[in-house]
Amino acid sequence: MSDASTLNGAAAPSGTPSGTPASTAPRDFLIGKSRWKPAEFAFWAVAVGALFALPDRHLLLNEIAILGLFTLSLDLILGFAGIVSLGHAAFLGIGAYAAGLLTKHGVSEPLTGLLAAGALAGAVGFLSSFLILRGTDLTRLMVTLGVALIFHELANRLDWITGGADGLLGVAPGPIAGLFEFDIFGTTAYAYSLAVLFVLFLLARRIVHSPFGLSLRALKDNRLRAGSLGIASARRIVAVYTLAAVYAGIAGALLTQTTQFVSLEILDFARSADALLVLVIGGTGYLYGGLVGAVAFTLLKDGLSAITPAYWLFWMGLFLVVLVLVGRDRMVERVRGLLARAVGRRA
Amino acid sequence: MTVASESSIALETRGLTKDFGGFRANSDVSIAVRRGSRHALIGPNGAGKTTFVNLLTGVLSATAGSVLLGGEDVTRASPQARVRKGMARTFQINQLFADLTPLETVALAVSERLGTGAQWWRRLGTRSEVVDEAAELLTRMRLGDVMTRRTAQLPYGKQRLLEMAAALACRPQVLLLDEPAAGVPEDERHEILDMVEALPAEVTVVLIEHDMELVFSFADRISVLVQGALFTEGTVDEIARDPRVRTVYLGEEVVHA
Ligand SMILES: Nc1ncnc2c1ncn2[C@@H]1O[C@H](COP(=O)(O)OP(=O)(O)OP(=O)(O)O)[C@@H](O)[C@H]1O
Ligand SMILES: [Mg+2]
Repeated sequence: MSDASTLNGAAAPSGTPSGTPASTAPRDFLIGKSRWKPAEFAFWAVAVGALFALPDRHLLLNEIAILGLFTLSLDLILGFAGIVSLGHAAFLGIGAYAAGLLTKHGVSEPLTGLLAAGALAGAVGFLSSFLILRGTDLTRLMVTLGVALIFHELANRLDWITGGADGLLGVAPGPIAGLFEFDIFGTTAYAYSLAVLFVLFLLARRIVHSPFGLSLRALKDNRLRAGSLGIASARRIVAVYTLAAVYAGIAGALLTQTTQFVSLEILDFARSADALLVLVIGGTGYLYGGLVGAVAFTLLKDGLSAITPAYWLFWMGLFLVVLVLVGRDRMVERVRGLLARAVGRRA
Repeated sequence: MTVASESSIALETRGLTKDFGGFRANSDVSIAVRRGSRHALIGPNGAGKTTFVNLLTGVLSATAGSVLLGGEDVTRASPQARVRKGMARTFQINQLFADLTPLETVALAVSERLGTGAQWWRRLGTRSEVVDEAAELLTRMRLGDVMTRRTAQLPYGKQRLLEMAAALACRPQVLLLDEPAAGVPEDERHEILDMVEALPAEVTVVLIEHDMELVFSFADRISVLVQGALFTEGTVDEIARDPRVRTVYLGEEVVHA
């Protein structure tokens, strides 16, 4: 109750003329949640700035942008709808193969490939979403894992289409929209991936701050109450799961197009697990977790494997254990406190 | 609302039965609640009152029997479908969105009722009819000063009020209140019970409550449930005078009032 008085003033100003709901505070409160914050502008400015400031790291940055998109897609179902998945790589792989096969069979314009890959992954996501409507988190983990295993095995068996264990070689996408050729430095690739990520991020941002997005958070929080308010949870879950599959499929297509290669590895369990690790690092449910996590994860992996090529997984594992045990929030708070003190001292 | 004129019975059950394994929690319960009535459902702990509400709302599916809402059979309808047909409820044990604010909780229910709850292209808070209605309802429910706080941080009594506000946001024709003041300290009970008293007259209310004084002053009819079966039913006077009710219920009431 300590801060009740301040909120009291903000939410229901006393002294307004009788009866009329003259207060705009509730409105401002709701709309304010979707207002852009300074840190967000900073994040995207840095992402774009890296295009110019780090010309020799574009390949790595491209990798980060794609991992960020893939993880954002997992965050949509995990962070916003509370659906756990151990098989999100299935959609990544479907998108990746779809884009690769399209390119190999004559449709080499990348944006067309993205749309086709997203549509196919979305269709599979839609169908498989019905499998995760019922049951507990554990059954969802098993079902999503199983679906991913099925697709891995399919890609392996259909080797006359997918190239099997050798992968699809010689995927040569044309210029984007007929204008921008891919280059060996990854400059076009990063700009392309970042642009796609940004557009899809904007869409996701709008969605999570919409009435639909609110209903997702509600049914994540308490599905019994959500149903008792008239919300048809199943439909919402089908919708968001399909959307997440589209996003993952597009991430897969980006990966194929920018690396000009796709192999079975894209459907590995490790891919799904990595996305979860990225969310553990970055946090769920605020949209930037996947992006910030992707930066941290990739830099960490890159840095560790440069320092200790043989043991980087060990250190990564240790870092994650510490992170989970200490708690990310507490670590962030600590860093924030230090920063605030540093800034305060200078002022 | 169209069925309103067709029938004076807002809510009816026929032979409603629920088995949990070998245990019969509701046994052949048939009641009829008149439109606009204040109907109380009483009975000792474990009598099956909450189970009955769960059957009415579709949270549990009945082993046998049927539920009629405004004359329409809704026995097979999902909980959300029943809400849309005009039935809302509160829970004996809070079922709230801990991470959301009361404002969001109620706005959600209002959007859902208006059929705009699935809109993904609109920013939250840009529909003034939703925000205004939510804010107005919350203010009326004495939650105006806490409506932008996280629900989990609200005092328990406020959470109980939010239980009711969320249900009211559905604008139900039939409102089921499962011990609305359960667990609320004595000195705060009146805040909740005032709200129960102040419910719109056209809303049909089914109230589950252990406080007999309150039940007798509030209800026009009372059903008594004992061991899952309808023990007796009648007007307040009839129930108050019934010595059998005293034995099965009122005697015990003193213990856990
Ligand atoms: N899901 C369930 N599975 C098995 N038994 C249950 C279940 N829900 C309730 N019961 C049992 O059914 C009986 C009726 O429970 P119910 O909660 O409906 O009683 P109640 O009348 O609401 O009691 P109270 O006054 O304590 O709230 C109890 O014996 C309870 O243990
Ligand atoms: Mg009960």
